Formats: sequence, structure tokens, C-alpha cells
Amino acid sequence: MIDPSLASLSDTLFSITVALYSLAVVAFCAELAFGARRSAASRELVGAGAAVPPVAVPPAETPRARRVGLAAMGLTAVGALTHAAVLVTRGMATDRLPWGNMYEFATATVLVAVVAFTVLAVRAPVLRHIGVFVLGPVVLSMVAIGLFLYAEAGPLVAALRSSWLAVHVSTAILGFGIFFVSGLASILYLVRSRFEEKPAGEIPPNSMLARLPSAAALDRTAHRTVVFGFPIWTFAVIAGAIWAESAWGRFWGWDPKETWAFIAWVVYAAYLHARTTSGWRGRPSAWVNVVGLAVMVFNLLYVNMVSTGLHSYGGVS
Amino acid sequence: MSLTAPPRPEAQPTPPPRPPLHRLVTGRLLRWWRQLTAMRTALMLLFLLAVAAIPGSLLPQRSLSQASVNRYFAEHPTLAPVLDRLYAFDVFSSPWFAAIYLLLFISLIGCVLPRAAEHARASLAPPPVAPRHLHRLPESGEIVTSLAPDLALDVAEEELRVRRYRVARREGRGAHSAGSSGNGPEVSAEKGFLRETGNLLFHLSLLALLLGLAGGKLWGYEGSILVTEGQGFCNSFQQYDTYSTGPLVETSDLSPLCVDLTDFRAEYEQDRTAASFTADIEYGPPGAEGRATTIGVNDPLRTGGDRVYVTGHGFSPCFTVTVPGNEPFTDICAPFLPADLSTMASEGALKLPDLGAGATDQLALQGFFAPTGVLQGGVLTSVDPRPLDPQVAVFVYRGYLGLDSGLPQSVYSLDQTQIDRERLNRVGAANLSVGESTTLPDGTVVAFSGYKEFAALQLSHDPGQLWVLGSSIALLAGLLGMLLVRRERVFARVRPGPDGGGTVLSIGSLTRGSADTGPRFTALTDELRAALSARADRTPDPGPAPVAPSADGPAPEKEIPPS
Ligand code: HEM
Repeated sequence: MIDPSLASLSDTLFSITVALYSLAVVAFCAELAFGARRSAASRELVGAGAAVPPVAVPPAETPRARRVGLAAMGLTAVGALTHAAVLVTRGMATDRLPWGNMYEFATATVLVAVVAFTVLAVRAPVLRHIGVFVLGPVVLSMVAIGLFLYAEAGPLVAALRSSWLAVHVSTAILGFGIFFVSGLASILYLVRSRFEEKPAGEIPPNSMLARLPSAAALDRTAHRTVVFGFPIWTFAVIAGAIWAESAWGRFWGWDPKETWAFIAWVVYAAYLHARTTSGWRGRPSAWVNVVGLAVMVFNLLYVNMVSTGLHSYGGVS
Repeated sequence: MSLTAPPRPEAQPTPPPRPPLHRLVTGRLLRWWRQLTAMRTALMLLFLLAVAAIPGSLLPQRSLSQASVNRYFAEHPTLAPVLDRLYAFDVFSSPWFAAIYLLLFISLIGCVLPRAAEHARASLAPPPVAPRHLHRLPESGEIVTSLAPDLALDVAEEELRVRRYRVARREGRGAHSAGSSGNGPEVSAEKGFLRETGNLLFHLSLLALLLGLAGGKLWGYEGSILVTEGQGFCNSFQQYDTYSTGPLVETSDLSPLCVDLTDFRAEYEQDRTAASFTADIEYGPPGAEGRATTIGVNDPLRTGGDRVYVTGHGFSPCFTVTVPGNEPFTDICAPFLPADLSTMASEGALKLPDLGAGATDQLALQGFFAPTGVLQGGVLTSVDPRPLDPQVAVFVYRGYLGLDSGLPQSVYSLDQTQIDRERLNRVGAANLSVGESTTLPDGTVVAFSGYKEFAALQLSHDPGQLWVLGSSIALLAGLLGMLLVRRERVFARVRPGPDGGGTVLSIGSLTRGSADTGPRFTALTDELRAALSARADRTPDPGPAPVAPSADGPAPEKEIPPS
């Protein structure tokens, strides 16, 4: 039985979440802007005085920037709560786990990404400065999900009625959400490390990039998140195979979704190796992580919507 | 200004003596082997495997759907045959995929087995000798204490043991030599062996997993068949509608198993979402009394290494055909294939070659089944997957079916070439509800007598399956060990203090698997310093070099910051 009022409450909460995240993006932008003014001023001072490399001395945060940054984090956290409520109400409306189609799966994945970012930023406040670059893609993803993937609340098809749904899909969502943040960290690392290589004179004043965490911190964040996400992803793939054995009659059949899950797994394994291989540290390995994210997104969108396979539970028509 | 040098005689490089051919060959083979078993090669091969899998996911594959391959051939008549020659429609069973797979396999063996042996040896051996220059390690520092060198080292050793390091104590190199540049006694400590163990477990499991996959492919098989309620099948390749088998499967290896379908139920939610499919079956060896059980989606029958699945379902409309003056053919049912799973509108054919007296007055029905039929402008459509108002629209043909023409034909449709050649002609058409009938010009009566459900059943046999499961669990365990455990090595060495009293304890550490080791090292040195001063408080001043007695206890400890 579908409860229509809960289902429409869930849809309303979705819009509220997008609004909250958008406000958070604005606040994160403002934080960078306030910080940048001060840093430009300090650079003028530096120009007059000793030649201190601009990167080695990250500009201190103004109290105003700090306040705005904390407000942005607050908006993000409240957004994450309403975001979670989107899924909870949908689960209650349909009386099942709220990840039975692409709309629900993608919404949950983005929630994991937001939570992962929030946890990282609470533990290492310097990471708050990547907020706009995380929440920006989050808002874009949410809008795209709402526009293109939306599916009415409905019951699960027979094939999904299994306790493996909880195991396999939950871990896939977790892994994907964590890889999402990791991929963004690597992209920012690529940008920031290029910035750090520039001689001091070429850096435009007011550069927002100066406010980003150091390349080393971004690289470490990307690596840690993959180290965290990789076993989860491995588990999700294994659980998927176990489920496939009872649902489809074989544990592995090179169905398109299975194939791309395997490809993603190999790419992330390669990333972990690249990080410890001389000649691959730094930018090359970051690129591998970015490829990993691209593969994950491709697997979600292309394989569900364009190709046909056994995983076609998308509910997108 | 130019210098003209006298023309030099052509350099005559003396060729190195040519090694005998067999040495040349073994040398080259050895080099290839080393290259193949380097970790980089294994990773490249794994990457290649992933890349090779891409066309398999973008192009239609025979293993997944022969029909989409046929469609691709129709849409790309020039490209498709070329791709086909490259095995693009059988990527996962192509020779080049197998080649990558086999090379990866060999590469892993060559790289993991020696490492495993090395690790076994290392776990029995004591921790390695400390490097000569501890301050060159990633983390290092020095602690000055008033304790005598041996005592200070005792404390360090004990502190490390408490932290579950494996510790070895050695007289340092050159300690006996007079020059004080020699290294004093030292302690090597090591922990986190599980990291390497996990690493090896991971890689060995990967190997085992590949083995299991290959075994399953070689000795596995599966067959599919549509079974209408009241009918059954036995596990033999002649009976299956389609089957695939590994190259090493012998027909005699097939397990003796027969399955009868007694009842099939499909249940739907109000919005017509399929809720469950369940099949009541009886199974057992041929000829024996069957055991009853119920299987369904996500809930196969598992018996003695075989599994029986419900992979689909549909309807078999039943007809009674009465030729005037003959015994009627009663309730002959034929499975109609669902063309639309949301309404279960199905298409199929019923062929009655034995009905007429000769080969030219055979009878056949071709038609459309709607579980909940609605007539719109004389055209029958289905609006619900549940059999609420079953109806059929049939064309009746009479003539030569071509069943013995030697060409295989589908059981779900009539042979169009016979119709085109007018050897099979339409003699009637009707829309019928259950119980209704139509009468042909010659007086033959075709009645729609009802329907049964059929189940698409699949029997699978994969001897590698449990092995693969075990390997993947081991792989995950190894992965966790490899990623979560840090391997830490700590070295400490003592030398007499600069002013002849007390001791300088140098300490250095090397960690693998963790980025910021600084804080941990600082914590370790802090605790060590505390332990040393606690011990110094309890210990009377060491004998030989009396330190100036001071009223306020032992000399203050100080740390020389790392260089
Ligand atoms: C062929 C021989 C191979 C050898 C000798 C080898 C060796 C190693 C070593 C030494 C590490 C530890 C790196 C460290 O200490 O941080 C490692 C980690 C790892 N290996 Fe391999 N490897 C091989 C092949 C593979 C393959 C084919 C895979 C496939 C996925 C793989 C996946 C991994 C992963 C995911 C890690 C974790 C990286 C990390 O520690 O952060 N390895 N391997």
C-alpha cells in the first residue's frame, strides 16, 4: 500500500533540501569571498615587504568569513537532515527500503556524499573550504535527479524483494557516496597543485584557490576516502554476486552493470597502487581517481538508462 | 680553427663471445618471466582486462541476448561481420579475453608465491638490524636520560614489548671498537605483520578466485526450458530449449534430476507491479517419487550442486480441435511468449501436424493471448497481467507446416516461407473468450478451452561457485588487513651521553600504510621519555660516572629535536 500523503511529503522535503543546499553553496561562496579580500590585502603587504611565497602562508581567516563558513556548514547539516527525511518518508510511504529505483538510489548516494563531506569538515576544519566545490555538484546532481530520474513512489518489483537489497544496495550507495567526495577532492587537488606550482608573481589577487586546503591535504583526503570506500565497494560487489546467484541463476554473467562495477573496482585498486608507485604519485594517481568517479557515474547513468541488462530496475522511462 | 685528425680505422668492436644458444634462450625466457611476474605487469594486465570488458558491455553479447545480436546484424550489415570476426559479440569467451586472463593468472602466480615464501621466512626471523643512521628515517629523535645505556635500552625494549612489538636486541656494529663512532647496542622492533599477511591473503585469494571462475566455466552448464503446469523435464541437453555448457562437460556427467511443475502463481500489487512468482514443483531422480517444494524469484531449489530457478513465466492457452468424424484433440496447450511483461500480452503458435490425414492438411493456429482482453476496433489488446478475462485472437492455417523439411523452426511461430509459398493457407480467424469456438468452412471446430500458466525454468550447475565465494570472502579479509593495519618498525640505539654521564637514546621509526605518522611518533617518544624518567627516579644513580649530586633529583631530561 502506498501512502500518498507521505509520498508527497517526501517530494516536498526533496525541494526543501535542494533549497537548503543552494543556500549553503551561496554561504560557502561568501566565505571564500570574504576570506579572499583579506588575503589580497595581506599579499599587498607581502609585495612591499619580504618575498614570502604566498602558499606557504595561508591567509588567516577573518572572523566574518569564519562565521559565514560555519553558517554554511549549518545549512549543509540541516539540509542533510531533510535529505535523510526525504528517504525516510519515502520508505514509510512505500513500506520498504527507499532504494528500489534510480531516483531513490541516486538520492541516497548524494546524501552519503554530503554526510561524508560533513564528517570530514568537522574533523579537519580546513576542509570546510572545499564546501562550495562539494555542495555545488551536490545541488547540480539533486536537480538532475529530480528532473530526469524522478519516479513515483511505488512497490518493489518481485526481483528486488530480498534481504540482499538491504545489504548490496546499501553498501553500493555508501561506497559510491564516498567515492563521490573522493573524486571531488582529487579534482580540487589537480587544480590546487597546479596553482601551487605557479610562481608567486603570476597568482591573480583575490584568487579563490588560495583559500583551498593545501594540495597535500586534498590528496590525503582523496586517498583516505578511497581507502575507506574500497573495501565497502568490494563488499558491495561480492554481495551483488551472491544476490545474483539466487536471483538470476548465476553469480557473475558480465551483465553491463556487473562489467562496469568490475571496471570501477579495478580503477580504484589501480589508484591505491598508483599512490605507492614512484612516478605515479601526485597528479597521475589523482587522475586515476577522477577516472574512477567517471566510471561510477557512467555506470549509474548509461548502464541504467541506455543499455539493457538485468539491472534495469531504474524505473525511468 | 679546425683540426684534421688522421682517418681512424673503422672501429672494430670485438663482438662478445656468443653464448651458446640454450643459454641465450633460457636467458631471454628468464627475462620475460621476470617482466611477466612484476607487479606492474600484473596491474597492467588487470587494467587490460577491465578495458577488454568495455566492448562486452557496449555491444550486444550472444551470452546475454542472441536476439539483440541479430538486431545489431540487421542494423549494421557491413560492420557486424567484421566485429564478429573479432569476437566482439562473444567478448567474454573470446581468445583474446582468455589470453589476458591467463597471462594475469601466470603473472600473479609468479609474483605472489615467492612473496608468500618470503613472508613466511620473515615472520620467523627476528626484526631486521637497525639502519646505521637512525636520523635518516622518516621519523627520528633523541632522548637524553641519566640512566646507564643498558638500562635505558631495557626500558625502551620493555615499552615496545608492552605495545606488542616483536623486539630483537643486538650488540651494535662496531660497539667494541675503541672509536666512539661505532654504533652502540640497539633494539629493533616491528609490528603490523598482519598487513603483509593481509596483502598476501588478498593476492592469493585473487588467484583462487580466478581458478574458481575458470573451473566453473569449464565444468559448468545451464539449460533453460518452458514448462507448462502439469508437465516437467529431466536434466538432459535434448530436452532443454537452450543450453550452454563448458568445454569439459560430458553428457554423462549431468546429474540425474527431473522436475515437474505442479502449479505456478504470479501475484501482483494493485498498480500491477509483479509482487511474486512461485512455482510448486516435484523433483527427484528419474523414475523415483518426487519431493515437493516451492521455488520462486530469489528462492531457487538447491540440490546436490544443481540449482533450479524460475526465470520467467507466461500463459499457455489451450484449445480443443474437432475435425468432423474424428476423435477431438482436447485441451492441447502451447506456451505463448509474453511480448509485453506489464500486460502479459503474448504471442505464439499451436501446431497440429498429426491432425489431418496427410502432409498437406495439417492444421496450425497462430495468435495472440491477452490475460485481460479488451477489443478496440476489432483488435484485441491486453490491459492487465492478471488473467481476469482471458481472450485469444487466432488465425487458423491449413496446409504443410514444413516441420520435416530439415530446417529448424521456432515453436512459437509458423514458418513464414510455407505461408509465402502458399503451401500453408489461412482458413479462418477469430477472437475468442474461454469456452467460445469458431467453425472452419470444412466443419472443423476450434474451441478456446482455457489456459494454463508456464514457468521458464533454468537448471544451473557451477562447481566453482562455493570456491569463488570462499575466495572472495578471503579477499575481502585480506583487503581489510592490508588497508587497516599499519606496519611499523621502530629502532632504538644507545650511546653514552656527551659529558660521559647518562645516555643518549636515538630512536627512529618507519611506518607503512599511514600518512601522518608524526603525531604517533611524538606520542611514542613522549611515553618513552616518561618511562625513562620514572625508571630513573626509582634507580639509584649509575655507578661509574657519578653525576654531580643535585638536591632536586636526577638531571632534567631533554630531547634533542630531530634534525
Ligand atoms: C602481481 C603481483 C602483485 C604484487 C606483488 C602486489 C603487491 C602489492 C603490495 C606490495 C601492496 C602494498 C602497498 C602498500 O604497502 O601500501 C599491494 C597493495 C594492493 N594491491 Fe597489489 N600486488 C600485485 C597485484 C595486484 C593486483 C592484480 C591487484 C588487483 C586488484 C592488486 C590490488 C591491490 C590493492 C587494492 C592494494 C592496496 C593498496 C594499498 O595498500 O593502499 N594487487 N600490492
